[in-house]
Amino acid sequence: MLEVFRQFALDLKASGINLTILYDAFDFERFVSGLMTTCALIVICTLFSILIGGAGAAVLALSRGPAAMLVRAYVALIRNTPLLVQMYFFYFAVGSLMPVGQNAIGLPVPMIGNFTWAVIALSLYAGAFNIETFRSGLGAVHNSYEEAALALGYSRFKAFRYVVVPLGLRFSFASLANNLVDLTKSTTVAYAIGVAELLYVSNQIWSDSLNTFEMMNVMLAIYLLLTGIVVWIIGRVQAAMSLPGFGAN
Amino acid sequence: MRSATQDGALVSLRGVRKAFGSIEVLRGVDLNVAKGQVVAIIGPSGSGKSTILRTINGLTPVDHGVITVGDITVTDPRVDKVALRHRVGMVFQQYNLFPHKTVLENVAMAPIQVLGEPRRQVEERAKDLLAGMRLPEKALSYPGELSGGQQQRVAIARALCMQPEVILFDEVTAALDPEMVKEVLSAVRKVAEDGMTCILVTHEMRFAREAANRIYFTDKGVIVEQGEPKAFFENPRDPRTIEFLDKVL
Repeated sequence: MLEVFRQFALDLKASGINLTILYDAFDFERFVSGLMTTCALIVICTLFSILIGGAGAAVLALSRGPAAMLVRAYVALIRNTPLLVQMYFFYFAVGSLMPVGQNAIGLPVPMIGNFTWAVIALSLYAGAFNIETFRSGLGAVHNSYEEAALALGYSRFKAFRYVVVPLGLRFSFASLANNLVDLTKSTTVAYAIGVAELLYVSNQIWSDSLNTFEMMNVMLAIYLLLTGIVVWIIGRVQAAMSLPGFGAN
Repeated sequence: MRSATQDGALVSLRGVRKAFGSIEVLRGVDLNVAKGQVVAIIGPSGSGKSTILRTINGLTPVDHGVITVGDITVTDPRVDKVALRHRVGMVFQQYNLFPHKTVLENVAMAPIQVLGEPRRQVEERAKDLLAGMRLPEKALSYPGELSGGQQQRVAIARALCMQPEVILFDEVTAALDPEMVKEVLSAVRKVAEDGMTCILVTHEMRFAREAANRIYFTDKGVIVEQGEPKAFFENPRDPRTIEFLDKVL
C-alpha cells in the first residue's frame, strides 16, 4: 500500500509536482512530527482555553469585586494586542526572567521550553475569547430561569451551577466554534518561537527541496481539514446537547 | 408544630413599601392570609399585584414594612432563604420550567438538590403529583415537548413537590391559549381544594370569584378594597373598584 503511494508520488514528481513528503522517508517523518506537534497544540490549548473561559465567565457572572476587574483587564489586554507580540512577550520577556537549569554537559537549559510557552500564550489568547463567548452565552439565558430556581430554594451559586450554566453553554457553541477555529489557525504563530509545528517543518522541507508551491498547497489543505474536524466535533457536541423547544439551537 | 403569628395569619404583610428607582410600586400594603385560605389579588396592570407576591418569598426585597410567613420574618436580612422557599412555593406566568431537565427531574430536583431528601422518595412523590396533574405519561418528556397548559401543570407539581405551606400563583393563565386556561385553572382549584393555602394574582374574575374565599383589589400600590367574593363582586364600594369591575366584567 505504502509502495503504491510512493510510486504515485514519484509519478507526480515526473510530471512536475514534487511532494517529497510522500516518497522521501526523512521528509515524511519531519512532516508527521510537525503535524503531531500542531495537533498536540490544538488539543492541549483547546482544553486549557475552555477551562480559562469557563472560570473567567463564572467569575464575571458571580462576582462584582476585584476578581471580576482582573478578569476584565486580562480579556481587554489579550483581545487588543497581537498574538505574535504576546507570544514574543512570554518567550523572550517572561522567559528571560525564569530560572535556567543545566544539562549533562553544563549547557544552560531553560526550565520552560518553547512548546510550553506556546501552550501558555495560545491558551491565554484563546481563553480570553472564550471568556467573552461564555459570558455572552450565560447572558443570553433569560433570568426567569434563575428566578424559578431561587424560588425553589436554590442559592445563587447553585442556580448558576444547575440551571444557568447548562443553558448558557448551549448558547455558546457557535461562538466557541469560531474561537477554536481561530485557535487552530493561530497555532502557526508558535513557529515564531521555534516550535517545530507543521508550518515550521514545512518551511524546512521546502527550503531543502525547493517545492514551495506544493507545500503551500499541502498547508492549506491540512489546515482546512483540521478546522473542519474542529467544527465537526463541536457540531456533534451541540447536536447531542440540543433540547426540544429551546431556542439555542 | 410551627407557631403562627398572634393574629393567626400564616402570611402577613404590614405596611410594605417598595420603589423601583423613583417609581413607588407598593405604597403601604397590609395583607393577612390564614392557613388554608385561598386569596385572590386582582387589579389593573402595574398596580403592584405581582410585586406583592414576589415580596412574600423574598424574590423582591422591600424598602419598608414587615412580612412574616409562619415564624419566618421574610424582611429580616438574615432570613433563612432555603427554609422560606421550602415553605412558600411559586408558580410563574411563563412556567419557567428548566428546559434541560425532563418533566420528572423538573419536579424532583429541588427537594433532592436543595433539601437533600432521598432521590427515590422524592421521585415517588413527583410521580404521584404528575399523576394528580393528569400527566403521568409525560414524566420523561422535556418541557419543550409539552403544550403551555401541560407545562404549567408541571410547574404546579414542581411547586407542590417542595411540600410548601403556601403557594403563590402569579398570573398562571396569562400566557396560555384560551382552551388551555381551563385545564390549568381546574388544576389550581384542585390544589386549593386539597387544603393548600393559595395566593393568586389573576385576571380571571370568574375563577377568582369561584375559587377564592377572599378578594383583594389593588390599585396604584395600595389595597383599595377587600372582601368575600360574593360581596366584593356584587356590591363593590370603592369607586376605583367599581370602575375596574365595569371594565373587566
